[in-house]
Amino acid sequence: MTATSAVSTLDQVMERWEPVIGLEVHGQLLTQSKMFCGCSADYIGSPPNSNTCPVCLGLPGVLPVMNRVAVEYTVRSALALNCEIPERSKFDRKNYFYPDLPKGYQISQWDMPLSLNGHLTFTVDGAEVRCGITRVHLEEDTGTLQHAGDILQQARSSVVDLNRAGVPLMEIVGEPDLRTPAQAREYLVRLRQILVYIGVNDGNLEQGSFRCDANISLRKHGETGLGVKVEVKNMNSFRAVHRALEYEIVRQGRLLDQGQTIAQETRGWVEAKGATISQRSKEYAHDYRYFPEPDLPPLHLNAEFVDRVRAALPELPQQLAERLQRENGLSAYDAATVTAEREDARAFESLVAAGVPAKAAANWLMGEVARLARESRTPLPGSGLGLEGLASLIKLVEAGTINGSTAKELLEELYLAGGDPAAVVEERGLGQVSDQAELERLVDAVLAENPAAVADFQGGKEQALQRLVGGVMKATRGRADARVVTGLLRDRLAP
Amino acid sequence: MSWETVGELGARLRSGETTPAQLADHARSAIESLASLHPVLRYTGALTEHQAGRAARMLAESPEQAGPLCGIPFAYKDVLCVEGVETSAGSKILEGFIPPYTGTALQRLLDAGAVPVAVTNCDEFAMGSSNENSAFGPVGNPWDPSRVPGGSSGGSAAVVAAGAVPFSLGTDTGGSIRQPASFCGVAGFKPTYGRVSRYGLIAFASSLDQIGPFARSVEDAAHVFTAMAGHDPRDSTTSPLPVEPVATQLARGVAGMRLGVPREYMAEGLEPGVRAAVEAALAQLEKLGATLVEVSLPSTEAALSTYYIIAPAECSANLARMDGVRFGLHVDRQSLTDTYLETRGQGFGPEVKRRIMLGTYALSSGYYDAYYRQAQKVRTLIAEEFDRAFETVDALVCPTSPIVAFPKGDKSDPLSMYLCDVLTLPVNLAGLPGISIPCGLSEGLPVGLQVIGPRLGDAQVLRVARAYEAATAWHTQQPPPLPAASEAFA
Repeated sequence: MTATSAVSTLDQVMERWEPVIGLEVHGQLLTQSKMFCGCSADYIGSPPNSNTCPVCLGLPGVLPVMNRVAVEYTVRSALALNCEIPERSKFDRKNYFYPDLPKGYQISQWDMPLSLNGHLTFTVDGAEVRCGITRVHLEEDTGTLQHAGDILQQARSSVVDLNRAGVPLMEIVGEPDLRTPAQAREYLVRLRQILVYIGVNDGNLEQGSFRCDANISLRKHGETGLGVKVEVKNMNSFRAVHRALEYEIVRQGRLLDQGQTIAQETRGWVEAKGATISQRSKEYAHDYRYFPEPDLPPLHLNAEFVDRVRAALPELPQQLAERLQRENGLSAYDAATVTAEREDARAFESLVAAGVPAKAAANWLMGEVARLARESRTPLPGSGLGLEGLASLIKLVEAGTINGSTAKELLEELYLAGGDPAAVVEERGLGQVSDQAELERLVDAVLAENPAAVADFQGGKEQALQRLVGGVMKATRGRADARVVTGLLRDRLAP
Repeated sequence: MSWETVGELGARLRSGETTPAQLADHARSAIESLASLHPVLRYTGALTEHQAGRAARMLAESPEQAGPLCGIPFAYKDVLCVEGVETSAGSKILEGFIPPYTGTALQRLLDAGAVPVAVTNCDEFAMGSSNENSAFGPVGNPWDPSRVPGGSSGGSAAVVAAGAVPFSLGTDTGGSIRQPASFCGVAGFKPTYGRVSRYGLIAFASSLDQIGPFARSVEDAAHVFTAMAGHDPRDSTTSPLPVEPVATQLARGVAGMRLGVPREYMAEGLEPGVRAAVEAALAQLEKLGATLVEVSLPSTEAALSTYYIIAPAECSANLARMDGVRFGLHVDRQSLTDTYLETRGQGFGPEVKRRIMLGTYALSSGYYDAYYRQAQKVRTLIAEEFDRAFETVDALVCPTSPIVAFPKGDKSDPLSMYLCDVLTLPVNLAGLPGISIPCGLSEGLPVGLQVIGPRLGDAQVLRVARAYEAATAWHTQQPPPLPAASEAFA
């Protein structure tokens, strides 16, 4: 132990200790109805307790009926994560009391989950990371509570909203294979991307349709045993996960350096404080008393069903990125960027199909279009311009009809308002001045007007050329092709 | 009192001699005259009127299409949910709970035109064998008001035995229809598990519960069963197979059938009067042309302990929703934990608490394998033994209960009470159909004969029972008149 250990930085702790991180992700499934009743699974914005029925309210006498689509979505997710699908599976009751859990038990899966033994592979800082997936199983979401006060234990009163109760919830349990907060973050980014790609989850961390809990412990480098683990909850963004894990590594590292032991407990990330605080120690750990749900028969998933789901599995982001590199000649970076969001990847493929060169399609999508989509909160497919309009605009640039800056101005103008770019260009005479004789006339005029710049250039000042190019562009109100103008100037000034 | 059968009442309705409303009124007065037995917790009021009107219209519009239950009054156990009518499961914790929905079995009876009149008393959450565990007081046996009617569906058995209604509904988790039917001298039928939807039945033990009828004849029980039975998309444990028509089976008799007599069910512990009545009944069946075969169900002795792991385990979870948050009793306390503890502490009776604790213990970490998992294995064994028996016999015949109705307060020790169901609960563990029908009297109290069939052999069970009933008159026996109301309250 060193005298400075109590104030070790993250880097110092990481030199002495190796973090072992495993993530549990809960994702709400994008089914029409809830897991065990006919209520809508889309509960956001409904007045409190309006999206309920006797079944999801857990009234005496009701019975659950399994949502088959939820099972299919879970199997789809499991297959995308390289899991095995056992032929037999079942639901179990997980028993605990809490006001947001109307039945006093959650229907979940214990010892026979829908899937097992998968993995997710990704790259962090150029190195490949392979994180095992222990299991993907299906359960029901709870309701939500609001407290008059910070936390339930100190609340003056609490109100229960069961609109969310019974929404299908998939739990993805990862192996403790992650070693850095950056790996944990990338795992989540990739996992979310896959679930959104295959259409089972909307990937919204803020609203909690995609949630993550982390288990983290430290051990000496080179050791194989595991230290005492702490569970961290309440992280509502990728950034929060990253920060909370960094905080925990430093907190645990300092305690261990002081010769203290880590308490096995659940801690909550408090964003405002930038710290985790203790929520529940192990003495109060639940005994969930799992047992098979007698109201639901066991599930038999035959090979035919699994094969059908597998065959219908859409192309996964990693496969798509590889294909775009191979077929469209995109760089690894461009391919990864274009495929980050499913909508972008679709837009890219549509643009290419419409005849737009791949590199140009990627640049426009990731640059100006992404900025406009973000600023106007309107994705391209729902914008006035649309995919077709964008394709037509980029093609005008590629054909040399308009130059880049004109195109950017048009994009800005037409993105929300809509309109046919070719027609607008025609109507306003925005077309590039490509008449050689006209350009030569303008070049000569600019040369005549700027003898100083000419002299500078001929004196060896290369930058002087830019002033001359600028002059020609100004004379054409920006409609000339700067490369052509540069070529013409060089020809004229050649010794 | 009216001792007419469903068929007789139906004929009077169709001839215009009476109306559904008159029958319902009559049933209600008859039940009121039973007040000293306390078999009923409340009347169904507006629903009765509404259904009587609906039945009258159905009969007027097409008397042939209206089924046998149209216009027939009935009572149902206080664990079945009907929209707008309080259902308390015999418990303080649900007092005042008015379901906003109607369960499937009840809905099917309503759609058949049957007219509910009253909600019957029962053991709290259907846990008990004497109806003494009702939070609203015990029920008296019409044959001897100082004795219990059996349980848990004691009120439903009593109103039929006393001639107040021609049929009623009960639920059977370990014998809760058959044992009170035996004690009260009526027919009580527990269908195959999964034959009648449990949607709307306040669960005690989900893998064992089943709704079934009490009636004064096998034929009437069959009518009620037929109206309720069949797949229900709201209950995933109902069988998707079509329901075998019962009516055609009923008249076929037992000639040529092989009936098994389980050796373990005729063993020591049977009261002599019960043994004598059941042996006479077996002889009668033989006389009707059945072949009696002794069979062995060696795991029977493990059934009781198996049952008292599985049923409490399931009930410990099923009753967790009674937490005072959304319905029923709410005892307000400063903290959430205290609110839970006080609500459940005050709301549940001692037997319910005992079973919740038993079940919680059996499922606890470290005990699960020794208790719950082991019990499931034994349960499978018990079911397999029955299956093997049914490879060689068509049905099993045996006593329903080793004893006749006992005096109230006689079995204060829970274990001796649990032993009452030793001949009925293996049937629930195996999910089989079983009926109890009157087969004699022992010291003036009814004895029940139990007929057990293979899974989905409901019609077969009813057929054997009907053959016996057709040849005997025990089902027509009526309890002695009750002491006059003034004396009862004196």
